[in-house]
Amino acid sequence: MASRLFRRLTFIAALAFAALGAIAAGPAQAQDGNFIIVQSTTSTEASGLFEHLLPKFENMTDIDVRVVAVGTGQAIRNARNGDGDVLFVHHTPSEFQFVAEGFGVRRFDVMYNDFIIVGPKDDPASISGMEDVTAALTRIGESEAAFASRGDDSGTNKKELGLWAKTDVNPRAASGSWYRETGAGMGATLNTAVSMGAYTMSDRATWLNFQNKGDFEILVEGDRRLFNQYGVILVNPEKYPHVKKQKGQAFIDWLVSAAGQAAIADYRIKGQQAFFPNAR
Amino acid sequence: MPFDASPRTRLTDRPSVLPLRLDAVALEAGRHTLIDSLNLELDRGPRTIIIGPNGAGKSLTLRLMHGLIKPTRGAVTWAGAAPGRRRRMRQAMVFQQPVLLRRSVAANVRYVLRVHGVARAERAARVADALERAGLAHLARRSARVLSGGEQQRLAIARAHAIQPEVLFLDEPTSNLDPAAALAVERMIDEIHAAGTKIVMTTHDMGQARRLADEIVFMHRGRLIERTPAAAFFADPQTQAARDFVAGQLLV
Amino acid sequence: MDNFGAAFETAFALILQLDSELVEIVALSLQVSLLAVACSALIGLPAGAVLAVVRFPGRQGVIVLLNALMGLPPVVAGLVIYLLLSRAGPLGEYGLLFTPTAMVIAQTVLVTPIVAALTRQTIEDLHSEYDEQLRSLGVRRTQSIWTLLWDGRYSLFTGLLAGFGRAIAEVGAVIIVGGNINHVTRVMTTTIALETSKGNLELALALGIILISLAILVNAAVMSLRGVTARANW
Repeated sequence: MASRLFRRLTFIAALAFAALGAIAAGPAQAQDGNFIIVQSTTSTEASGLFEHLLPKFENMTDIDVRVVAVGTGQAIRNARNGDGDVLFVHHTPSEFQFVAEGFGVRRFDVMYNDFIIVGPKDDPASISGMEDVTAALTRIGESEAAFASRGDDSGTNKKELGLWAKTDVNPRAASGSWYRETGAGMGATLNTAVSMGAYTMSDRATWLNFQNKGDFEILVEGDRRLFNQYGVILVNPEKYPHVKKQKGQAFIDWLVSAAGQAAIADYRIKGQQAFFPNAR
Repeated sequence: MPFDASPRTRLTDRPSVLPLRLDAVALEAGRHTLIDSLNLELDRGPRTIIIGPNGAGKSLTLRLMHGLIKPTRGAVTWAGAAPGRRRRMRQAMVFQQPVLLRRSVAANVRYVLRVHGVARAERAARVADALERAGLAHLARRSARVLSGGEQQRLAIARAHAIQPEVLFLDEPTSNLDPAAALAVERMIDEIHAAGTKIVMTTHDMGQARRLADEIVFMHRGRLIERTPAAAFFADPQTQAARDFVAGQLLV
Repeated sequence: MDNFGAAFETAFALILQLDSELVEIVALSLQVSLLAVACSALIGLPAGAVLAVVRFPGRQGVIVLLNALMGLPPVVAGLVIYLLLSRAGPLGEYGLLFTPTAMVIAQTVLVTPIVAALTRQTIEDLHSEYDEQLRSLGVRRTQSIWTLLWDGRYSLFTGLLAGFGRAIAEVGAVIIVGGNINHVTRVMTTTIALETSKGNLELALALGIILISLAILVNAAVMSLRGVTARANW
């Protein structure tokens, strides 16, 4: 009889305990903690930059930076909903539009890196070493060699589509044949490209930090049009009063300060500098 | 506690729910008449055994009496009052296939005592007493569902009796049991009757009917054919159908 | 394949070192999913039991809906919760988005239909067996629901385990409402997704192995509660 009572009690206690935990865990997390939420892109996260950068800022200010890393398109949409204090992405026209529509306070240049075109070593479209990116894309389109696109409205995707627009090829018309839209992040798209032997465009940092390269290498780089500018914006507190104005601005101020810029320049992936600070 | 003192005193303490009256009770399902204008009055005392061939409506009649199903026409009354939860709690029913809770033997009895509002302090003694009478005391902590068929039915009866009902309905309680187990069940029924509980039971076992019955209600095709004291019934049934049935002829 | 061998080695190394980040991630995964299952139990067990016992107009429709919701894609659940919890959404003022609480809510939404539907099935079977006996005893409707839940508890555990399996394994909902924030909302599945996107297939696979092992452990722990397996089939 004792064991039966004990089993019943443990059963009820477990349920009650769990329920209490659920209730207690909620408010504790939700209150105005000493943290900010940064809506950012997969490239900054997957490249390892934030892991290098954030501890320096957090040690100095005690402000915890919580990064939500999604595509630039989704990051901007999240920020438009007020779900974040700071927007840190890489598609300058969208960023200016974000500010112009009143969702952001002001845009600051932070740094740049560049995009590259990677592909299999045997290079079926013979683009290796080309310095004109649109010529290289044209050759891929004309030879109908497989090309993997993010297809996810990210900064990289927007950039890539902008480059195609300068060629005579309409890749969207070939979607599903040689032009393949993965609808996924940079890393996932690289995985797909490597396993399909398809060309793809990546930011350099993600590529450098990527572990599953197979026989892929950089085929096209250095064209000025592959330049990839990052900007940072405080979400407008007048639109969303809950935005942590001072803490968010402190993070932005640090990023564009001499210390923050030096920290960005310091970051190396396999000995190579991945991002180039250019705040004014 | 002497074996039969408690139920008797308890029964006389409260106004009786008996007699039970069925007035032109009928049960229809679609166009089929399952029970056809049944008139019957049952009072305290004799053990009433309902017999009849398969499909005669014996089990349905018990369920109508106990209030588990409602008649489509006619009325069931208990001491002149309409049936209800309070009156049903003065009755108990044992089913052909005993329905035991997925708990220990003792917990099965404890459960009904709790439902009936027996004080916590009183329960343990009542459980022990009930299991003792059923010869199940040594199995008290065993899971009820792993008992043998005979033990399960004895537990079901002990559980029904534990609430000291004024009326105990039993629906073919021994039809799935071997003769020895059936005999043990019959002995329990006898003891419960001796302690003052009205017994209403169905069976298709003529030997059992002869052993237990004080009066016989004979049913056929949903109708009450005759109601006769047991000795007279077995000696000389009043109707042809009952004569055929007692003689062991197939009735259709 | 080399990958698998290496993944197992990595998994063992991670477990043996008791890597502090791994411990943190595993702890959060368990915390979130167990809480979600507990919340689902509090909602789904009574709801499923009531659905099994009480007849009301539209009941059949509710059952069909419930069974369909068992297949609700996690991404859809995540999106709906995101829209509700977003600052621009109706519950935005509570600031729950990108917190573990949001993940618990999302998983609760995913698990509750499973718990409720399996409870409904279990209790309905039990009810058809117990109904006459309980009515004969004069057991009231609410009391009979508790009786059925208690007597069906061993089978119901299986339903809760199925719910836990769905919760601990899903990534689509928690990555949307949690944001996969390092040290805050990063759980096993979102870490696996992240490491895969970094091309760290070996580490991702190692984490997958640990996740499966955890699920096996939790199942074994519940099943070893005295005789659950044996009694579930009574």
